[in-house]
Amino acid sequence: MLLTLALRNIWRNKRRTLITITAVAFAVFLASIMRSFNKGAWDNVINTSVNLFFGYAQIHANGFWDDQTIDNSMDYQEVVRSLDPSNDHILGYAPRLESFALASTGDLTQGVMIVGIEPDQEEALTGVSDKIIEGNYLDASDDGALLAKGVADKLKLGLGDTLILISQGYHGANAAGKYPVRGIFKYALPDLNKVLIYLSLKTSQHFYAADNRITSVALKIAGQRQVDKAVNSLKENLDPEVYEVMDYKELMPELMQARQLDEGGDYIVMGILYALIAFAIFGTIIMMTQERMYEFGILTAIGLGRWQLFAVTILEIITVGLLGALVGIIIAIPVVYNWSVNPLDLSMMGEEATAAFEKFGMEPLIPAAFEAPIFINQAILIFIITCILGIFPLSKILTLNPVKAMRS
Amino acid sequence: MAVIITEQIEKIYNPDKVPVHALRGVDLEIDEGEFTAIVGPSGSGKTTLLNIIGGLDTPTKGKVYIAGTDISTLSGNGMINFRKDHIGFIFQSYNLIPVLTARENVEFIMMLQKKSKKERDQRANELLDAVGLHDKKNKRPMELSGGQQQRVAVARALASKPSFILADEPTANLDSQSTADLLDMMAELNREEGMTFVFSTHDQRVIDRARRVITLIDGKIAKDEVR
Repeated sequence: MLLTLALRNIWRNKRRTLITITAVAFAVFLASIMRSFNKGAWDNVINTSVNLFFGYAQIHANGFWDDQTIDNSMDYQEVVRSLDPSNDHILGYAPRLESFALASTGDLTQGVMIVGIEPDQEEALTGVSDKIIEGNYLDASDDGALLAKGVADKLKLGLGDTLILISQGYHGANAAGKYPVRGIFKYALPDLNKVLIYLSLKTSQHFYAADNRITSVALKIAGQRQVDKAVNSLKENLDPEVYEVMDYKELMPELMQARQLDEGGDYIVMGILYALIAFAIFGTIIMMTQERMYEFGILTAIGLGRWQLFAVTILEIITVGLLGALVGIIIAIPVVYNWSVNPLDLSMMGEEATAAFEKFGMEPLIPAAFEAPIFINQAILIFIITCILGIFPLSKILTLNPVKAMRS
Repeated sequence: MAVIITEQIEKIYNPDKVPVHALRGVDLEIDEGEFTAIVGPSGSGKTTLLNIIGGLDTPTKGKVYIAGTDISTLSGNGMINFRKDHIGFIFQSYNLIPVLTARENVEFIMMLQKKSKKERDQRANELLDAVGLHDKKNKRPMELSGGQQQRVAVARALASKPSFILADEPTANLDSQSTADLLDMMAELNREEGMTFVFSTHDQRVIDRARRVITLIDGKIAKDEVR
């Protein structure tokens, strides 16, 4: 009957209930949209970065990340043997031999980053062939080079021209070679576009005198949510003395910091939204409590315990709060879903916006994240807020003097 | 046997500022089955005495025994539970729970006593029959007249099978016919079921029906008349 009492009390003052539900629903709707877009946008940035080059996780020889020299490379076959084929989270991998070299042609030179790749595996991970603007992609036995457009422009190289590379190879060996330019690709990230050169893995190993050596294995994982499981599984299987396994958060710390900074700002805005919700609910609580002191006095007089009275009151408040949250979520779900399958197109904001996105290899689209936790968290927050605000009626009820209350 | 005993009850409001002596040493015994009216002018202490007997207020001095229990020894929730099981209240303004129907209002206190659904239904129906409101049991208070609401309040007060019923100005808001009907009903309950009623009232119609009239003046019993 306490539940009946609570529900009927909610229905008793329809206008107040409606105003509170509307206020909570509106704020929850806005918060859901905002959170979905923020998460969706950042997930998109991360996915783009991951698919562009890094992969969701990488395996290196222990210590490579802090000291990225070819001497900290690892045996390709041993790493592959160590990978657990039953790890369902890992969809594929791409071995790489990465180091630096001096590129030269005529009297021009440029410091470059050489990445030796297995063309098919790299294609499956990062889709390099899509970025080629001239020439062809490599095959496994190719002895040519793919140049980023920035490198080609700097060295004034075109298809069929010869690129000269000089570097230090594995364990101090001299490294020098001539490679025909097979293709030119355009990389979205300006920093990579100025320095990146792809060779086939075999060619790069030969160049660096590092037969069967690689510096990293980039992993293809189903999605962000599976990364932790995949990485933990790898860490359990690989000897930590020999290998280090890093996820995209460790590989791209600046990006993660930028996300945290951006989300920090969003949390402030959301805090303001929730403060508005809290005020709406608190207003209801004050009205509900003050106008019913007389009734509280009666109920206490006839034998309703103070905690039972509090239970009725808090049940009313929580029900109204959660109803508002539910309405807000129900309205937000189709809107967020629509924006998750039809991302917000920023190209309508003009060429500058489009160019800003394209600069980083992204389409000018912001998808909303359509994930249950975003909506569930709103309900949890409303529940917590109402529980905290319940302190007000609790204090009133615990100090209630029935005689005074019945005189009010 | 006395169901209510008060010993030298004193009540002083604002003792530290401007003390107001509402009760000045009230000794009283009310036996089972009495139909007693406490009368007196406004400010004489009638309602204060009723509140103290009902455990809604505490005396500054003195003791109150209800059915043999010294209620001054009961804590907040202990007092609420005691009230629930031993004391029925009828208020001037009916004070029914507005969102509950007549039957639910009567059942409410039995629910607090954790009576079974079957027992609650049976007793609520019996009581609403007894107060002549069987056909109104599914109506909410605002759908009932003042007299009908006060009848529901009487049924609610009886529902918990209390030791006695305290009625504070129960007829103050009722017309003559409703007052007569209500008094007939309470007199019948007193006569046939032996229920003890204690009224505080100004209403001569109530005073005329009471078998004992206690007159309070300036917080003291000025007259105690048994008819």
